[in-house]
Amino acid sequence: MDLSLIAPVLPEVILALGAMALLMFGAFSPEGEATARSAGWLAIAVLFAAAIALVTSTPAGAAFDGVFLSDGLTTFLKVLILIAAALTLLLTFDDFGRAKVMLFEYPVLVLLATLGMLMMVSANDLIALYLGLELQSLALYVIAAFKRDDVKSSEAGLKYFVLGALSSGMLLYGASMLYGVTGSTGYGAIAAAVKADGMTQNIGLIVGLVFVLVGLAFKISAVPFHMWTPDVYEGAPTPVTAFFAGAPKVAAMALLIRFTQGALPVAATQWQQIIVFLSIASMVLGAFAAIGQTNIKRLMAYSSIGHVGFALVGLAANNAEGTSGVLTYLAIYVAMTLGTFACILSMRRGDKNIEDISELAGLAKTDLRFATILAILMFSLAGIPPLAGFWAKWYAFLPAIKAGLYPLAIIGVVASVIGAFYYLRIIKIMFFDEAAAPFEAVESKALFVMALSVAFVLAFSLPFIGGAVGDAATAAAASIMPVVP
Amino acid sequence: MTIGLGHYLTVAACLFTLGIFGIFLNRKNVIVILMSVELMLLAVNINLVAFANFNGDLVGQVFALFILTVAAAEAAIGLAIIVVYYRNRGSIAVDDINMMKG
Repeated sequence: MDLSLIAPVLPEVILALGAMALLMFGAFSPEGEATARSAGWLAIAVLFAAAIALVTSTPAGAAFDGVFLSDGLTTFLKVLILIAAALTLLLTFDDFGRAKVMLFEYPVLVLLATLGMLMMVSANDLIALYLGLELQSLALYVIAAFKRDDVKSSEAGLKYFVLGALSSGMLLYGASMLYGVTGSTGYGAIAAAVKADGMTQNIGLIVGLVFVLVGLAFKISAVPFHMWTPDVYEGAPTPVTAFFAGAPKVAAMALLIRFTQGALPVAATQWQQIIVFLSIASMVLGAFAAIGQTNIKRLMAYSSIGHVGFALVGLAANNAEGTSGVLTYLAIYVAMTLGTFACILSMRRGDKNIEDISELAGLAKTDLRFATILAILMFSLAGIPPLAGFWAKWYAFLPAIKAGLYPLAIIGVVASVIGAFYYLRIIKIMFFDEAAAPFEAVESKALFVMALSVAFVLAFSLPFIGGAVGDAATAAAASIMPVVP
Repeated sequence: MTIGLGHYLTVAACLFTLGIFGIFLNRKNVIVILMSVELMLLAVNINLVAFANFNGDLVGQVFALFILTVAAAEAAIGLAIIVVYYRNRGSIAVDDINMMKG
């Protein structure tokens, strides 16, 4: 058998075998937290093994008759997803241990969800897109409801399931129309079929395009398909929310990039309008709706909606520079979000997690280190230079301005100024309000993630960090060539 | 009258719309939502098989088989989540899913 045919799938094979092996390990070990903890560490090891295999020994190329693609773009995004999954798994141990829900199924489900995400990133065919998406979603529905004795967690799981199933249905309906009109499910064949005369005006193609974009907009939680996000973020256990906010967003954004620029480059004027609308609506709603929130997880949900809007600005530009901007934005967004969720997980009194923003009052007086870390992350999320969050917006907006999308860029800047208000309000509460009762000491694993995140955010201005990420993103974006009609 | 592609697409579009309305207008029971989701997926399958037949191409039918399998897995997970929810809340009425605003 010629193994080189499946060489591009090596990281996925490692994850799939790892997940199966862990399932066996969990099933045949004595029940209890010790088994679950070892399963967690083993899962992190599997994620790292996949990342190393990805970087060192996965050749670029297509597998399974062109359905599965491995190139610069997929490598960049997969590394990001694997790191995000491993770090959120690290945050799980202590929190789930306290809540008595540290079960070995959780790391297995995270591995399966991550496998789905990697398949989404590499999908070059509508069937592969659907299967990757469902593998990810089915695992995520379960872990949203993982605290099964908690009403809020099971409600979050139920809401996520219903709206996720609805969005999958929409996406499939669009996929069936695209298949009917172009006669193929492969992105390459679709792109070739759309080149035919008058095809971009074909009503079936437009309907298919719109439905697929609606389905994907649900997954990245872009306005007006965001309504599940705040409830799911609030209800799901916090380590799960941290996972939701990072890796799945990256994977869904990868689908969006590949679908728009790989399958429908010729119909760019059609999808650009939709992306511009989603982007403006997300940025504006993210900025205004977060102002009235009192729960910090809900606030982060609206923050993530806003950030998706900013990232879409780069995609709307429809050029290699714009794609590279989106990739840089995603990398920085994941780093900032993981750090912030490590902070949220550290807001504890006794065994109870605190989620009210008002409870952060006077944190600077009780724990200056914690308050400083959270303040730096908030400044970065708000986009204050010279922190990473500012450069993320810079790299996303600049291509849009060069592409002549001035209204989009102006609305984006205005929205980010309005959005800065609620980030700065948290800093004001921490540093200038009367001190509330102190939190428990920050745990070492959470502190590790916080430190990593803050170091990245602070050091991004240095050329060997920010420049390296930018160069990697540019190289990755070069592997997918947008066509300007 | 011969039955052409348009007829199949119309039936599928009607079923799909019914499915979407079933999700949004139904205020009674979460199980009805699960049924509506199935209806949407089956509408898509009709679409795919009709296109496959009229395009003379097998990929659409393969796609439909994949959708059937995934739909089964999805229903299993959906029912499991509903059971967990019922144990906590004692009800699966759509109006009662309101612990969090939104």
